Amino acid sequence: MPRYADIKKVLVLGSGPIVIGQAAEFDYAGTQACRALKEEGLEVVLVNSNPATIMTDKDIADHVYIEPLNIPSVTQIIEKERPDALLPNLGGQTGLNLGMALYENGTLEKYGIRLLGTSPESIHKAEDRQGFKDCMESIGQPCVTSLVVESVADAVEFAESIGYPVIVRPAYTLGGTGGGIAYDRASLEEISDRGINLSRVGQVLIERCISGWKEIEFEVMRDSAGNAITICSMENIDPVGVHTGDSIVVAPTQTLAPKEYQMLRSAALDIINALEIEGGCNCQFALNPDSFEYAVIEVNPRVSRSSALASKATGYPIAKVAAKVALGYTLDEITNAVTGTTMACFEPAIDYCVLKIPRLPFDKFTTASRTLGTQMKATGEVMAIANSFEGALMKAIRSLELNVRALKLDKLEGLYTDEIEDMLVNVTDERLFVVAEALRRGFSPQKINHITKMDIWFLDGFKRIIDMEEALKACKGAPDADLMKQAKEMCFADSYIGTLCGMKQEEVKALRESYGIIPSFKMVDTCAAEFDAKTPYYYSTYDGENEAVDTGDRKKVLVLGSGPIRIGQGIEFDYCSVHSVWAFRRLGYETIIVNNNPETVSTDFDVADKLYFEPLTAEDVQNIVEQEKPWGAVVQFGGQTAIKLAKALTDMGVRILGTSSDGVDAAEDRERFDEILEKCDIPRAKGRTIFTTEEALQAAHELGYPVLVRPSYVLGGQGMEIAYSDRNIEEFMKIINMTVQEHPILVDKYLMGRELEVDGVFDGEDILIPGIMEHVERAGVHSGDSIAVYPPLNLEDKHRELILKHTRNMAKHLGVIGLINAQYILYNDEIYVIEVNPRSSRTIPYISKVTGVPIIDLATKVMLGQKLKDLGYGTGIYKEASYYAVKAPVFSFEKLTDVDTGLGPEMKSTGEVLGLDETYPQALLKAFKGSGMRAPKRGGRIIITVKDEDKKEIVPIARGFEEMGIELYATSGTCDVLTEAGVECKRVNRVSQAHPNILDMIASGTVDLIINTPTKGRKQDTDGFKIRRSAVEHSVGCVTAIDTARALLTVRQQSRSEELIPIDITKI
Amino acid sequence: MKATLILENGSVFTGTSIGSTEEKICELVFNTSMTGYQELLTDPAYAGQGVVMSYPLVGNYGVNDEDVESDRTWVEVLVVRHLSDRGSNFRCQGDLNTYLKQNNIAGVQGVDTRALTRILRNQGSMMAMLTCAEHFNVAQVMEKLRAYRVEKKVAEVTCSQAKVIPARGEQTCHAAVLDCGVPNSIIAGLTARGCKVTVLPANTAAEDILAGGYDGVVLSPGPGDPAENTAIIAEIKKLYDSSLPLFGFGLGHQLLALAVGGRTEKLPYGHRGGNIPVRDLEKGKVFITAQNHGYAVEEGSVDAAVATVSHVNVNDGSVEGLKYARPNCFTMQYDPEGNTGPMEVKYVFDRVVEIMGGAK
Repeated sequence: MPRYADIKKVLVLGSGPIVIGQAAEFDYAGTQACRALKEEGLEVVLVNSNPATIMTDKDIADHVYIEPLNIPSVTQIIEKERPDALLPNLGGQTGLNLGMALYENGTLEKYGIRLLGTSPESIHKAEDRQGFKDCMESIGQPCVTSLVVESVADAVEFAESIGYPVIVRPAYTLGGTGGGIAYDRASLEEISDRGINLSRVGQVLIERCISGWKEIEFEVMRDSAGNAITICSMENIDPVGVHTGDSIVVAPTQTLAPKEYQMLRSAALDIINALEIEGGCNCQFALNPDSFEYAVIEVNPRVSRSSALASKATGYPIAKVAAKVALGYTLDEITNAVTGTTMACFEPAIDYCVLKIPRLPFDKFTTASRTLGTQMKATGEVMAIANSFEGALMKAIRSLELNVRALKLDKLEGLYTDEIEDMLVNVTDERLFVVAEALRRGFSPQKINHITKMDIWFLDGFKRIIDMEEALKACKGAPDADLMKQAKEMCFADSYIGTLCGMKQEEVKALRESYGIIPSFKMVDTCAAEFDAKTPYYYSTYDGENEAVDTGDRKKVLVLGSGPIRIGQGIEFDYCSVHSVWAFRRLGYETIIVNNNPETVSTDFDVADKLYFEPLTAEDVQNIVEQEKPWGAVVQFGGQTAIKLAKALTDMGVRILGTSSDGVDAAEDRERFDEILEKCDIPRAKGRTIFTTEEALQAAHELGYPVLVRPSYVLGGQGMEIAYSDRNIEEFMKIINMTVQEHPILVDKYLMGRELEVDGVFDGEDILIPGIMEHVERAGVHSGDSIAVYPPLNLEDKHRELILKHTRNMAKHLGVIGLINAQYILYNDEIYVIEVNPRSSRTIPYISKVTGVPIIDLATKVMLGQKLKDLGYGTGIYKEASYYAVKAPVFSFEKLTDVDTGLGPEMKSTGEVLGLDETYPQALLKAFKGSGMRAPKRGGRIIITVKDEDKKEIVPIARGFEEMGIELYATSGTCDVLTEAGVECKRVNRVSQAHPNILDMIASGTVDLIINTPTKGRKQDTDGFKIRRSAVEHSVGCVTAIDTARALLTVRQQSRSEELIPIDITKI
Repeated sequence: MKATLILENGSVFTGTSIGSTEEKICELVFNTSMTGYQELLTDPAYAGQGVVMSYPLVGNYGVNDEDVESDRTWVEVLVVRHLSDRGSNFRCQGDLNTYLKQNNIAGVQGVDTRALTRILRNQGSMMAMLTCAEHFNVAQVMEKLRAYRVEKKVAEVTCSQAKVIPARGEQTCHAAVLDCGVPNSIIAGLTARGCKVTVLPANTAAEDILAGGYDGVVLSPGPGDPAENTAIIAEIKKLYDSSLPLFGFGLGHQLLALAVGGRTEKLPYGHRGGNIPVRDLEKGKVFITAQNHGYAVEEGSVDAAVATVSHVNVNDGSVEGLKYARPNCFTMQYDPEGNTGPMEVKYVFDRVVEIMGGAK
């Protein structure tokens, strides 16, 4: 059936800010879908509050609204744009829920909008716990014994009838938010209470615990004619019990014989037929490892994280095909874009092994519980492709960028075997390594299987890796050709082989090459070579035939991606990498991208001319360099991941386009950088470079507290803290030194002032600064966690000029060609530089969009020798927009128990939203709304409890709220100060005081906002920590910086109305 | 031990020997299924062939007594990237390597199976020799391979005498299955629907079948070039001329087309895999099927008045099914219920049994 003829204009909903459980995969899906819609000649209206995405570019959609994803805002956009169709199933759970809400409240009917894809009835059936169970029962598909309950008492009653443990799953939440396994009544009461609170419909499912069964997923696709196919099967190495987003996943399934495979495949197809899905769908099953018994765990009637993984694992563009199916096409009418000759109505055949490992944020959140369960905690993931399981695993481990290069975690070596055995029981992000360590200690795969329920087949694979390590160690010198070949087929890095055999990395490489063992590249083609494919999507092997063929005589440019999404290095860098690829393509270059993140647009098969899905280590990249012999390489767009490789690339003889690796080093090397600052007469806070705790203490005493302590060469303020005392220094140094520091640690005097940030493009002579941003929160809160405002309010011209001058001077002396990001503090009428990065930053996408300056495009041209004065956007500071753009951070604290939500110099946010308006208060209000922070209204209640340093400043803010008719509560110290200042406020008991105290009040649900500024240090046993966590658990807004509180007051006082006017950024 | 695979085109692949170390010559084909190696090894349609598994990890779930398509193995040579030392599955009774040895299947692992697949795709299926010999002359081997033919395999795979398999549950009809290399899945598909099955040797005379009191005849799949089976085709023509319901799958589908004057052609590299999309023209829907054949009925070669194409391959447009004008007669290129394959084409057997008067 051809597509529905009556559709001309389609509204696409994005997934909003990046949070745990909903990450870059929806930018990938949405971007691919929008391109598919435009291919059909449709007019596309896009709404997404996340400015860091590629989908919110004006070249992806015709009308782009970076607006809050809520009913009033989208309704206004509908009113304005009058689309005739809505596509909700590519924007994750957020998009789907919003689409459903607009359907249910009659908006779609009112405006005559057709809901594309799966029908609302079907979505409801799949999403509603009971409805889904009933539907499964009606088609004979077994579900896990379970009951939907709306109260804790009912949960307990049911659990006691089926026996503990039970799994609690809240309805309509992301990534299983609020769920968990309850082993007894007490834990059930706690988890179900939280789940009921978090569920949009106040429901949780209590189900029989089938932990230890195999967890199998099928990605399926169905069209309106009922053609249904499975695209990819996946098997979780971690059995049922760990959220699939936190599991190590292998594709295709490895341990199923055809009977089980076909049984589950048929079940998946029966399910999507019964649900009448039109588009992509994900079906999760639990399979008893000792029988054919299985149960349907969950069905997601939309494109999901798993479908992004399945797309990258097979080459099948699920989002694109889902979009076309939603338009009415049937699968046999859609061409398989990979082969160009066959149709989308087939099941991909894989001839390699794919492995995904989640990237968890515990390197950032060192105090958080590492235990994994039914609630997802990963921020991102890596994928690796090899022709063996071992190879895929070794590559994936290297891709994680966790200072681990093999199946080995050094810190486990020192533990007693008993401890290792104990650790096998607890599922954490490190269990893979614990299993390996157990194998090293002689545990049999059977024994480990007994404890972990991981399939023997996987354990045998791990064992082969351990055995290979032993064999290499036994060489005590050069391994022979056979052993070398086997080690390389398992994708052991040369450097690791060297460590094991006692050789240098270069020696291993030379020996290997003398044996003729060199990498060759194979193609991902959806069909296991059955048909000729046209997509140059490659992975490395050590097999004979090399398929990476030379495609012409254009100059080749290698663009390095940014690896897995993690806190501090998010989707923004993918935005930059992709835009740079597009810029190079437009300029006639052949583009080659290297990345290992399956969630991103950059790893879509048709973004670059060639895609290499490989780890981003020097050694792996060198293989590609030797294959492709690029004319140049670009490292400044892929975040720290790429920039770290600058020196290695230079050593390989690759021309670094733009800023040289020496320039990168100059910005990071304290002494060299200080020299430059001195030469340019740019002030900076005094500081010292140190290695040991003693040196740190001495430096702090010389500089005077407070001081900022941080390792150099880090991202997102990793390990950065403000120290107010010797005790703080000792504590931080201990944490920093948990990982080996190759580079010195910096101790700086901490200046409390206005923080300003710029991104600039420098061509060797001139600089263009698209805009200056100001951070609402003063220095001390990481820039990534601050609310950023463009353009800054009331910035004096002289300061503006100084910023321009300093940025230009630094760029010049660092030898920057391309991007530079600089952060400054305006302190006592002086501009101090805090930090300079000669690379892309997380603000580039947002500032590009709101200023209309195509920063990456310009930077790319400049890197190729073009001059800014010829590029049409001028030099100096670009003219200010007539809009205010406010970027607000979004956190995922509800997913991470034990993490302190208090903001500080270490970044904690996972994503961001944008608020755009003609006035500052309205823009701020939009940003708050987009991020889910509610400013209290008249009659609302605020609890204030701030640290001593902030007590003076809180008074006018509290008074402001009081004047707005908001009821104030405060704990004793704060209350005294407010009362003394004449602000009316009620006293609330502290955590340690008698009930009802502050925690009871938060739990009661009668509070709208908490203003709590954290006392220094990381210690968690403070009252403040409990207050902040309690706020998260009860979904009460909690502000931890005075400046954020003031911003909320500004909104309340100055925003003209709650009515927000949507702005199409393509019209700016 | 080292094993070397020498192809008719002179390509040489060296790996490690698995299974039997006997020297073997075969027609080399590739299969893209990601599971199902045991069903494949025991499928008579592979008689005389060597199979390259394009999926690199083979043997993961071991072997068992249940997942077989016939009483013995038929594949001559198995080529894999990596063989699992042991299987992991609750039904696993042994490892694949031992099974290969026990069944005298020669194999090799550690070769670039994707490169091999690409050769077979680009140059077509070809003869190959697997040897564990240290020394060999490639030119001599090539000459030998060029002269080699896979012939008369039907006679080799068919049963020597009739055998009866009772219906499961209440018997509703009785089918004769002409065994040109019938896999268990065809028989199971019929018996599961209450059909009693009598498996007959491929050379059974039409008269005997017609006199046997069957409700219908199923021409089974099987190995080799269909056109060489002239005697069988002649008998099938007589069955066609009768009024007995007549169905064919795989080779059976091709034989009937030949019997009514159609032609068959050798596909460049065949259809072997579990992911092959077929459009059912009557239903207007596409189904994913498991297939395993090197020949196909030439499009347009069967008189349109005799039969029309009912199913086509979505990828290459080849004929996948014929509906005959003669009442109660249709044939399909694939096994609707192959054990390794998808199950959504089950409706085909429902129809077969219904026509034979079984379904109530």
